[in-house]
Amino acid sequence: MLLIPCPWCGPREEAEFHYGGQAHVAYPDDPSALSDEEWARYLFFRDNPKGRFAERWSHSAGCRRWFNAVRDTATNEIHAVYRVGEARPVTS
Amino acid sequence: MAERRSPAAAFAGRFETASASGALRLAELPFLTQLNVRVDPASLAADEVAGVLGAPLPTEPGTAVRSGELTVAWLGPDEWLVIAPEGFRYELLRKAVADGRGSVVDVSAQRTTLLVAGPRARDVLAHGCALDLHPSVFGPGRCAQTTLARTQVVLLPQQDGFLVLVRSSFAAYLAAWLLDAATEHLL
Repeated sequence: MLLIPCPWCGPREEAEFHYGGQAHVAYPDDPSALSDEEWARYLFFRDNPKGRFAERWSHSAGCRRWFNAVRDTATNEIHAVYRVGEARPVTS
Repeated sequence: MAERRSPAAAFAGRFETASASGALRLAELPFLTQLNVRVDPASLAADEVAGVLGAPLPTEPGTAVRSGELTVAWLGPDEWLVIAPEGFRYELLRKAVADGRGSVVDVSAQRTTLLVAGPRARDVLAHGCALDLHPSVFGPGRCAQTTLARTQVVLLPQQDGFLVLVRSSFAAYLAAWLLDAATEHLL
């Protein structure tokens, strides 16, 4: 089981969290101006890197806050966690 | 009017039996007033709330403050749980967050409070809780929202034990689990 460091509560076991997919997917400025393909791309297309990936997590059984984490998808190592609204830290 | 029954009322007798040895004290503290307070901690409304409560809202995650018979526990960066005796009147709190400056919601029926105290309290909880409950890191003045036996709880350490706030619908399950976990400590 992963030990995930919630930026509010500190390290907690993975079972307390919910996964929220890729982080920093911005809502389109003017959704009605998008073509169907662009809208579908916003809704359904996500990066799938092998390596460091910024993703959203929710500490659903704890403080119930959303936050972002940079996790290595190959090793599951969590390189950084940061609160909503903060920029993705440089983890090289 | 129907008679009011607390969620773990059916376990009172078994709690008493389990408490007889002195190693452990189990009890339900029913019908405590619980208020969910949401307000921007940097706002004037937060200061007013603190004035009504008689203590500043704790802004450090995982901490709780006591003020007389009130306990104020941190639930989130803009969310607190106020635990007060049954019948506590909170009109002044409501007034402090009026005009959309925050909210005070009575959530007394959401959770009931179980007391797990005595010399073996920490050992019993450790059967189903991943947190370090040692008083050096989790003593009075702390609080935690976590899972105990896969059930969401709020833990409030006391001088000689813990208050376990559990959702009413999970209270019977958790009471049964506590009694089972306590078995080996009551020999």
